Amino acid sequence: MKTEVVKKYLRLEKMPTVWCPGCGNGIILGSLLRAFELRGRSKDDIVLISGIGCSGRTSGYVNVHTLHTTHGRAIAFATGVKMMMPKMSVIVVMGDGDCTAIGGNHFIHAARRNLDITAIVYNNGIYGMTGGQVSPTTPYEAYATTAPYGQMEAPFDIVELALGAGASYVARSSVNDVPKLDEIIVKGIRNDGFSVIDVITPCPIVFGRYNNLTADPMKNLEWIRETTIPKSKAAKMSEEELRGKWITGIFRDREKPGLINLYLDLEKRLSKSGSVEDKGEEA
Amino acid sequence: MPGRFKVEVNTKWCKGCGICVDVCPKDVFELKNNLVRVKSTEACIGCSICETHCPDFAIEVKKKSVADTNKRKEEKEKVLIG
Repeated sequence: MKTEVVKKYLRLEKMPTVWCPGCGNGIILGSLLRAFELRGRSKDDIVLISGIGCSGRTSGYVNVHTLHTTHGRAIAFATGVKMMMPKMSVIVVMGDGDCTAIGGNHFIHAARRNLDITAIVYNNGIYGMTGGQVSPTTPYEAYATTAPYGQMEAPFDIVELALGAGASYVARSSVNDVPKLDEIIVKGIRNDGFSVIDVITPCPIVFGRYNNLTADPMKNLEWIRETTIPKSKAAKMSEEELRGKWITGIFRDREKPGLINLYLDLEKRLSKSGSVEDKGEEA
Repeated sequence: MPGRFKVEVNTKWCKGCGICVDVCPKDVFELKNNLVRVKSTEACIGCSICETHCPDFAIEVKKKSVADTNKRKEEKEKVLIG
């Protein structure tokens, strides 16, 4: 029933995906494609843009307008697409390293400008494709190839970062709670302005094996279930209990004029004043 | 309703991660030789959890047509009468 919907948007000849067994990227992609269906408009006005990494492969599998761009620059390309074609619904998918390390500056400035795109971050806390290096969201004391004694630095909180930088829609979910993820993505696509959706996803083959979770996907999903806490529950917990946990839910859903609206307003204002000047010349 | 749904696994796309085996509330799937097999389609209640949790889009749950369910009912009645 639900796979039938997803298949409408897949490039079937490219399947199966290159992702490892048990990787959560496919679950997020399924959610995104169901959101396209719920959006209720033609798929001809969707542009899907991805960067480099495991998440970068997403654009190859989806049968809409797609762009596979350079590392960390997905948002930079999206800015160009959106400014040239404001009617297009632009979706950017990035990994955690792509979004917060290499493309960190693009990310915060897109949030500051409130650019009308939807950014979905596949957050698995590691650079999976290149062999398991530490990423900016690797949890404190987690192991990785470049952190054999455990990560000693504090991780980035993508939600806090986006809230601080001024995005108008910020939410987080995990691949354990797929119905909620569907809902969050649909709301994000419908929102004007910059929508950030941080999705916690497992990487059993690299992150799992380094962190005593083994390559068993269910153990990794179980770990994510333990470390993600809904917003309502987190409000009653102390700071100490919340250390190393991810809080899920919708953190901001605010109406704030997006960059495109501001730009079109400016254009209108200038053309109006321009026409006044023209009349003056004629008179 | 059990017996109203048809479950299919696309073995070309399945990577045998086994998420569906753990996630299914009715034990419809089993893992054999690193591939998922449908053990009992009849038990499926059509909740679609396997479809949404399969990272490889390999599972498809379909509603059986009315003709199919009627046939099944008739067969059941026959067994009961016989």
